[in-house]
Amino acid sequence: MNRLMAALAALVTGLMVTTMAHAQEPLRVDVTRGNLDPLPVALPDFVGTSEEALSRGADITRVVTNDLASSGLFAPIDQDAYIEDIENIDLRPRFSDWRVIGSSALLVGSVSIQDDGRLVVAFRLWDTRLEEQLLGLQYRTAPENWRRVAHRVADEVYQRLTGEAGYFNTRIVYVAEGRGIEGEPLRQLAIMDQDGANPSFLTDRSYMALLPNYSPNSQEITYVSFLNGQATTYLYNLETGRQEALFTQAMREAGLDPNGQSLSARFTPDGSQLAVSIETRSGHDIHLFDLRTRALQRLTQHPADDVEPSFSPDGERIVFSSSRGGGSQLYTMNRDGTDVQRITFGEGLYTTPVWSPRGDLIAFTKQSGGQFSLGVVRADGSGIERILYEGYFVDTPAWSPNGRVLLFTRGEPRADGTRYEIWSVDLAGFNLRRLATGGMASDPAWSPLIE
Amino acid sequence: MKIKLFAVAVLGAFATACASTPQPDDNDLPIEPPITDNGGDVVDTTPQGPAEGSPEHFTQTAGDRVFFGLDRHDLSPEARTTLRRQAAWLASYPGARILVAGNCDERGTREYNLALGARRANAARDYLISQGVDASRISTTSYGKENPTCSQSSEQCWAINRNATTTLVGGYTN
Repeated sequence: MNRLMAALAALVTGLMVTTMAHAQEPLRVDVTRGNLDPLPVALPDFVGTSEEALSRGADITRVVTNDLASSGLFAPIDQDAYIEDIENIDLRPRFSDWRVIGSSALLVGSVSIQDDGRLVVAFRLWDTRLEEQLLGLQYRTAPENWRRVAHRVADEVYQRLTGEAGYFNTRIVYVAEGRGIEGEPLRQLAIMDQDGANPSFLTDRSYMALLPNYSPNSQEITYVSFLNGQATTYLYNLETGRQEALFTQAMREAGLDPNGQSLSARFTPDGSQLAVSIETRSGHDIHLFDLRTRALQRLTQHPADDVEPSFSPDGERIVFSSSRGGGSQLYTMNRDGTDVQRITFGEGLYTTPVWSPRGDLIAFTKQSGGQFSLGVVRADGSGIERILYEGYFVDTPAWSPNGRVLLFTRGEPRADGTRYEIWSVDLAGFNLRRLATGGMASDPAWSPLIE
Repeated sequence: MKIKLFAVAVLGAFATACASTPQPDDNDLPIEPPITDNGGDVVDTTPQGPAEGSPEHFTQTAGDRVFFGLDRHDLSPEARTTLRRQAAWLASYPGARILVAGNCDERGTREYNLALGARRANAARDYLISQGVDASRISTTSYGKENPTCSQSSEQCWAINRNATTTLVGGYTN
């Protein structure tokens, strides 16, 4: 991915400064009102000077269109409605042609293929009412990275129109759920682009793999492996495929049973440490693991199970779930284990807390009255919880890097057992969509933005 | 190899447990269908009884699993009775080593159930130790909800899946 970053040399093209003086508000999409009021956008196929470039241009436009539509914030207008035929993106469009079909924003682009085979992708984003250029950018990249470029274009458009970072140039690691010859459950780690493209398996069928989490640099994941017959935390390098049981030695040194459970480990925002729940003599307790010294520090000492730790984005506090109050509820504490505060008080079981990358909210699963729901609560426990989705089964929420969308495992009962899929929903509880995994899937982990 | 054979036997037991609970008789599949060879001669399938000291013998005479209430990890009187029989059997076969695996129903989140399963396995292990089984003969694991006996979405299935299952993993005869 470093190579890719190097290849993606972004150049700001000469901005065609327009001198329009309409007394209108600048184009701005409110990210909290997506499905109520999606912005109509026109996305004609990126133009090209050869058959190959034209074809790639259409591919890129398709990916950008799908990204923007999937956010629920944008409503791409059907290409059949377009009046003007864009041929040269360096000429000003006929804005009235785009306004009359209801388009507020217009994205035009071009693809050319250099002699060395590299792609040059340029685009301009126009406000059709103010008749102003909002963005003009150009990327040069190896031809196989065309999807990355398309996602970056979508991220740029999203950011320019919403004022918030996008999340399209990202990958998702998840658990692909299947059945073996004798009907036994198979759970393998898989990875794909955020839009479902480029899927591949990371682990094989010989052992179960669960609960992946991304490192802040996107190069590694932690996950829970049954390779040794017991739930054990592994660190897996996505570039090399190398993996190791992380805590076995540290557990021995800390006087713990090295064959005991270690569960889902999450990174500090700086990537230097991990928080994890490890089985002790009295149950499960939250531990901090330093990746440099490889030492474990015990943070909780309660006879009840303390599990599922997740860091605040400033790295100062940890949220976890605990049965210390009877049923499972959510608690926060300082990263040294002090100042434990309960933040949920409702009926039912609260599990799977995940701190939002924006810091203000914590997502959770709530189990109550035979139903499951996905909700968010303020990190300080104030205010009331908001339920974003309710259904037969919910597990493992994962935030988009910009904190506006949640992925989660959704289960529905079927005659042959529960069917698990990954779905997404936005923070307002709108835009419920199934993630494009090939088959049954669970346990999404969303990568940071790939730079 | 021995472990593999035993696993097949256990699956057979699972099949009966599953099939007998939710639906009427037409769903009751026999564990071992009658076998005929190519000549058409009927092979005698009369049970001979498991060999003493074998995993099948353990399951038949002691019972290989104990069940738990919803979201519970404490042992019921029935569970204690089963575990006392397991302890007695293990006293008769002092070379045998066991794995106690905790299992949960699917109506809970994944990590929560991995921890709950560990509590169930440990509860069974601790009781076996209190009944005189040497701790060095017992290992434990938790499969959480990942290894259900019964995969249907029903109360009966979930009750079956809330268990601690004892498996002989070494030092036994076949």
